[in-house]
Amino acid sequence: MISPGTIPLFVAVPLAGAFLTALLRRVKGLPDALGVMTTVGTFAMSIFAVLSLLPGQRMLLDIGSWGPLADMGRIVGIQLALDGLSTFMLVVVNFIAFVVAVYSINYMARFTSKELFYTLFLLMVAGMNGVIITGDLFNLFVFVEIASLASYALVAFGTGKRELEAAFKYAVMGGVGSLLVLLGIILLYGNTGTLNMADMSRWLAGHPGSEALRNLVIGLFVAGFGLKAALVPFHAWLPDAHPSAPAPISAMLSGVLIKSLGVYALCRLIFNVFGITPQLSSLLMTLGALSMSIGVVLALRQWDMKRLLAYHSISQIGYIILGIGIGTPLGILGGLFHLFNHSIFKSLLFLDAGAVEYSAGTRNLKELGGLSRRMPVTSWTTLSASMSIAGVPPFSGFWSKLIIIMACVDRGLWFLASVTVLVSILTLASFMKIMRYGFLGMLKDAFAKVSEVPAFMRIALVVLALVCILGGLLLLPPFKDGFLGQAVSVLLAGRGV
Amino acid sequence: MNETMPYILCMILFCIGIYAMLAKRNLIRIIIGLSIAEYAVNLFLILVAYKSGGQAPIFDDRAMPPTSMVDPLPHALVLTSIVIGLATTAFMIALAIRLYGKYGTFDITRMRELRG
Repeated sequence: MISPGTIPLFVAVPLAGAFLTALLRRVKGLPDALGVMTTVGTFAMSIFAVLSLLPGQRMLLDIGSWGPLADMGRIVGIQLALDGLSTFMLVVVNFIAFVVAVYSINYMARFTSKELFYTLFLLMVAGMNGVIITGDLFNLFVFVEIASLASYALVAFGTGKRELEAAFKYAVMGGVGSLLVLLGIILLYGNTGTLNMADMSRWLAGHPGSEALRNLVIGLFVAGFGLKAALVPFHAWLPDAHPSAPAPISAMLSGVLIKSLGVYALCRLIFNVFGITPQLSSLLMTLGALSMSIGVVLALRQWDMKRLLAYHSISQIGYIILGIGIGTPLGILGGLFHLFNHSIFKSLLFLDAGAVEYSAGTRNLKELGGLSRRMPVTSWTTLSASMSIAGVPPFSGFWSKLIIIMACVDRGLWFLASVTVLVSILTLASFMKIMRYGFLGMLKDAFAKVSEVPAFMRIALVVLALVCILGGLLLLPPFKDGFLGQAVSVLLAGRGV
Repeated sequence: MNETMPYILCMILFCIGIYAMLAKRNLIRIIIGLSIAEYAVNLFLILVAYKSGGQAPIFDDRAMPPTSMVDPLPHALVLTSIVIGLATTAFMIALAIRLYGKYGTFDITRMRELRG
């Protein structure tokens, strides 16, 4: 099972996999096997972590035994921490990484230097896992940069005009985001004299006079991590970057990268280091509602399937931030559950778009049509993911949206609740469009010989679709208490952690 | 020259970098802008550790009091941050070279694949 000594493995295993694939890339079939084995390994470890973590427990590891210094009363070395929220995020990230690795075996065969794809992919997974398990602020910055750099390179992987341009835009915006985050970290360090998150929150609690510093640093973090999460004033790079990447990477970027680097890091800092206040709560809710509504309106007029999905990522991130920003137990539960669901159905939708492109050669909805007859698996899985993202019962997305709406009503936020319902209807409309133009209707002659995608891709699609349909079961007491509930209680505990 | 002057200069440098990124149309100049902003942040990181009259933090026989030492941690952090900056810059220059190969220009306004 998981003990403190095994926490670094979440970073070490994908890192080792990344370098082994680069070293042994000449061996036929090995990069594929290593990619899948590594992600299976980290996924299994994260399940073990959920099972072995006691309720409310926080597992700590001082790297290099740099424990707390007794006479200084603070922690000097880097500390890794595993609690309910980290294990929740680890499960989400590593599950999607595993499915995407299986899908890539067939999909990436069309690209040259497929081995290097696995190297970058595993580096990105290592960076994301690192962001989730670290308890040290500068260490968090380093892991954010590792994951971001790998993702810039992966967006440019196709090396066409489009991909290079999108990657450049993404790298500039991501670079600015990282600089703002680093600036915030330096300001905090200069004042608190520590980089450890727990120490920092104790210092901030003990110095209530530091309001100006707090506000400045929170502003920098909201802008910096907001850029990584593509919240609405900072979203301009996402609709270019996510569709330009190869489909498995689009799934990773939209499914988990913007969440672990953006949403998770921001919420961890706001809730557990600064402590949530009514002002912060309304700031998060405003950002969430803006992202939600602007994202969905921009999505309506898109005809490129992946671009449409990318705009919906902005909109759905808005739901998550809104839910978490409400700050009540119900709201946080809804936000985190929606984070889980979104990572599943958005990855599935991007993988489906990739499957359509793989077989039909285009993803422009105006050219497609009637694919359901030739590609039944892709068609059915797209349908289940679309129903889930649009919030149709009994698919998983319905339950998380319902909880978020209930949380809004509970706090008396009728306006936000109605916006949430309206956005949900618009979401349904744009996914009807995908089904209508992409899969239903007459089969065009150009696609008469189109065939279903290869086996590994089908397996990945079906696994994700099953989770979409059965995801609502996570709200049943045994799962809710052990898995979601633990993550919620970490955020609710606030600075007490 | 008073004490806050270096911080103000550092902020001005940061703003110059951001300005270059937003206003320039040449890819290379945008990369240079990002580097300038990065250097400003690194400089700020070093300034945090500065202490007037401070000494290198080495424990030896002379038994220097810790209060007269400069803080060594930001010096370690800034190295990491410089290396990360190097990787980002190298990657972006590689992208710029590939883009030049496709378009024959560094002018970002002439790259229109992603409009709309």
